Amino acid sequence: MNEFAHLLDRLAYEPRRNAKLRLLQDYFTHAPDPERGYALAAMTGGLTFREAKPAMIRGLAEARIDPVLFALSHNYVGDLAETTALIWPVPDPAPPEDRGGTRDGEAIAVLGHNNPPPHVPTLAEVVETLATIRKADLPGHIATWLDALDETGRWALLKLITGALRVGVSARLAKTAIGALGGHEADAVEEVWHGLEPPYATLFAWVEGRGERPTTRNPAPFRPPMLSHPIDEEGDFQKLEPQLFSAEWKWDGIRVQLVGGRDEAGSRVARIYSRTGEDISGAFPDLADAITFDGAIDGELLILRESRVQSFNVLQQRLNRKAVTPKLLEEFPAHARAYDLMAADGEDLRPLPFTERRARLEAFVAALDHARIDLSPLVAFATWDDLAAARADPASVGAGEDADAIEGVMLKARDSTYLPGRPKGPWWKWKREPFRVDTVMMYAQRGHGKRSSFYSDYTFGVWRAHEDGGRELVPVGKAYHGFTDAELAKLDRYVRNNTTKRFGPVREVAYGLDHGLVLEIAFEGVQRSTRHKSGVAMRFPRVARIRWDKPAAEADAIDALETILARGEREIAPGSTIAGAEA
Amino acid sequence: MTLRASDLLTLTREGLYCPLGDFHVDPTWAVPRALITHGHADHARSGHDSVLATRQTLRIMAVRYGEDFCRSRQEAKLGEAIRVGEVTVRFAPAGHVLGSAQIAIEAQGVRVVVSGDYKRAPDPTCLPFEVVPCDVFITEATFGLPVFRMPDTRLEVRKLLDSVALFPERAHIVGAYALGKAQRVMALLREAGYDRPIYLHGAMEKLTEFYKSEGIPLGETPKVVATERGKLHGAIVLCPPSAIQDVWSRKFPDPVTSFASGWMRVRARARQKGAELPLVISDHSDWPDLCRTIRETGAGEVWVTHGQEDALVHWCGTQGIAAKPLHLLGYGDDGEAEPVAAAEEAA
Repeated sequence: MNEFAHLLDRLAYEPRRNAKLRLLQDYFTHAPDPERGYALAAMTGGLTFREAKPAMIRGLAEARIDPVLFALSHNYVGDLAETTALIWPVPDPAPPEDRGGTRDGEAIAVLGHNNPPPHVPTLAEVVETLATIRKADLPGHIATWLDALDETGRWALLKLITGALRVGVSARLAKTAIGALGGHEADAVEEVWHGLEPPYATLFAWVEGRGERPTTRNPAPFRPPMLSHPIDEEGDFQKLEPQLFSAEWKWDGIRVQLVGGRDEAGSRVARIYSRTGEDISGAFPDLADAITFDGAIDGELLILRESRVQSFNVLQQRLNRKAVTPKLLEEFPAHARAYDLMAADGEDLRPLPFTERRARLEAFVAALDHARIDLSPLVAFATWDDLAAARADPASVGAGEDADAIEGVMLKARDSTYLPGRPKGPWWKWKREPFRVDTVMMYAQRGHGKRSSFYSDYTFGVWRAHEDGGRELVPVGKAYHGFTDAELAKLDRYVRNNTTKRFGPVREVAYGLDHGLVLEIAFEGVQRSTRHKSGVAMRFPRVARIRWDKPAAEADAIDALETILARGEREIAPGSTIAGAEA
Repeated sequence: MTLRASDLLTLTREGLYCPLGDFHVDPTWAVPRALITHGHADHARSGHDSVLATRQTLRIMAVRYGEDFCRSRQEAKLGEAIRVGEVTVRFAPAGHVLGSAQIAIEAQGVRVVVSGDYKRAPDPTCLPFEVVPCDVFITEATFGLPVFRMPDTRLEVRKLLDSVALFPERAHIVGAYALGKAQRVMALLREAGYDRPIYLHGAMEKLTEFYKSEGIPLGETPKVVATERGKLHGAIVLCPPSAIQDVWSRKFPDPVTSFASGWMRVRARARQKGAELPLVISDHSDWPDLCRTIRETGAGEVWVTHGQEDALVHWCGTQGIAAKPLHLLGYGDDGEAEPVAAAEEAA
């Protein structure tokens, strides 16, 4: 457990992906089975056990520490698990002349010959015990573990058992590290993943060349999706022949796979997977019920009301809710818009060219005839100019009232097979033009990793009318990319030379009607936000241009964002008619 | 008439003042006569008329401020009774940094000990703390919360060396105070068997040379040459903490940002500093050692100068020891305010 804890500790501070990968590989290479298997499960969300409540942890701590000292400490540290981990009184293993005497503020048991050092639990022991333990026995067990672990071990244990383990490692990254142990890509791990259970002994045996590739018995397995590259308007179109490609709308929802099959007992299995292979069927029972087929559809999950696709804002509202209530299902009905067929009736269709898969998909969706699953239409075009026109105005070429939920077009080579990952060439995305707004830099924060000496994260604001008739800047977002290294160096110098206040790693820069730096921000959309003072939040904001030339007074006002917001909110209210919504 | 502790020591704008001896201890402003516990900039300022301190502290002040840092100086030998006005003072090792001392002030059988900054953990670069029994003990409380329990420094240095082994192509830049912490980290690395050169930021060069001249073996410690920064793959580089945020740190190959400080014990603090490899190495007493030291001095009264005084004062109360916070201003949050800005430019 201590080794796993030290890995988590190191990962939590490490911003670089490649460095995280190396730390993970180092751990997976050296840690024994089944320890590393449970570690992998902890990082991929594969552990289920009875979680401990924070109140119980607090109770354990306060039974051992002066409550005043505990409260002062908690107030200072700010995190209950960390405070408890640091403050937990432990038997002192050091000989008396080294550290000496009794330690204070704590109840202490000094180790002697009759007190052997406590048994340090393995992660496997912790996980296996938690899976079976009775609720009444939980506090005593946790206390015994805390006695035996070091500070980092206690921290990791408390985070793990309270379900708050966040280590900055995605399941995908962990799988990438596992694959790399045996020279496999992460997708190869994904292919076998859903048939496996912690502690993944067969997986480790396979990647280490000690065993066969695990066979998946999963009747509804996840298949790594095919991803696209953004198209470079300047260069790529000249090289591409329009007649070799099909085009579709790029929907602004979430990429999903609908997979159906039958298990050995003949029962129907229905799964919805996210792009990363997470099983999200539980969150979308309404859509899972529509999976009455044997096959795998690749498509986009969208909210439809009155047959109209709603904006991402609406989908977001469903995604934000944890509990799936009948009311939620009624107000936010989930649909899938299908654009590929990966498997059907036991046949793997991925080796077929796109046109053939498309024909099979059209027949498949038609035969299915389910209101929750429809076909993503093809966009007809003869020249790139035709496609540019469609992208600029989807409503004019058949997207109709769904146009607001379209964020561009997809290009797919007609002869391309379905390849997992992001192969360069067969699939392209051509996103619609982003929104743009001129803002003023207000705060800058130092970055991480290579950027730790650079002020690289910028909070920017737009103008808002003040009650007294004047204008003030209100922060509306934060951006930390979109500029070159040379521009970053220049921005960093600007921040250092125009600092008005410092708050730890954050600097306030000079801004106002007479001074300030204008940043042109590109973004994908606007949402309402209670967290921001301005009441709005942007999606994917990035610095499009640095307007060294533009006076701050000429930056945009909040109205520019409100207008975009109003457009996105022109969705249909739950239960209302189209006519009512349009009025 | 018996003497009260307040006759021996009181507070003025400049800091702790002894009326019977007419001197200040670690004054934060220039005064006629100053007794200095150790060489950190917030305790040892330049411009006093006369200074009484250990030989090493006097040397450190001269290294930092130049030979003319005061008008007249007097060396205090450890353990030696020195008459100042109507009181007797004695310096005893504090275990904080090289030359650091506690100062015992005594008159008519009443003894007050000003401990300055101190630690009890082993440190190969300075003499260990010595308990001086007293009536009033004046303590710091930089890490005066029970969450501060410092780990074995050997484990922290192991963390650094493990990282160097795992990332041999990256420079490891360790932020450490130029006086004391930096040299302690060097000594700990040598103890752990690390025998490659340890590269230094220009701001810590002179003090490191001084440590070496005092017979503390630190091995090969070249100064970082500005134009060579990009070639220091796999090297360990020590610099003042502020230099990590400075343009100086940019040119190293994919640097791992590390800090050696007691503050690294708390994640939020480590994150705020931008640490990627926090090393919990403290030159101050942790909570168990603060409590233990107060007990061992046998003091009936404790004054807390700076730091997290609330918890320590509360704890004293539970032990039946009278305690009060002094809220002394001017002592750095980190135990040392580093005048590095100018040096960084030079480096």
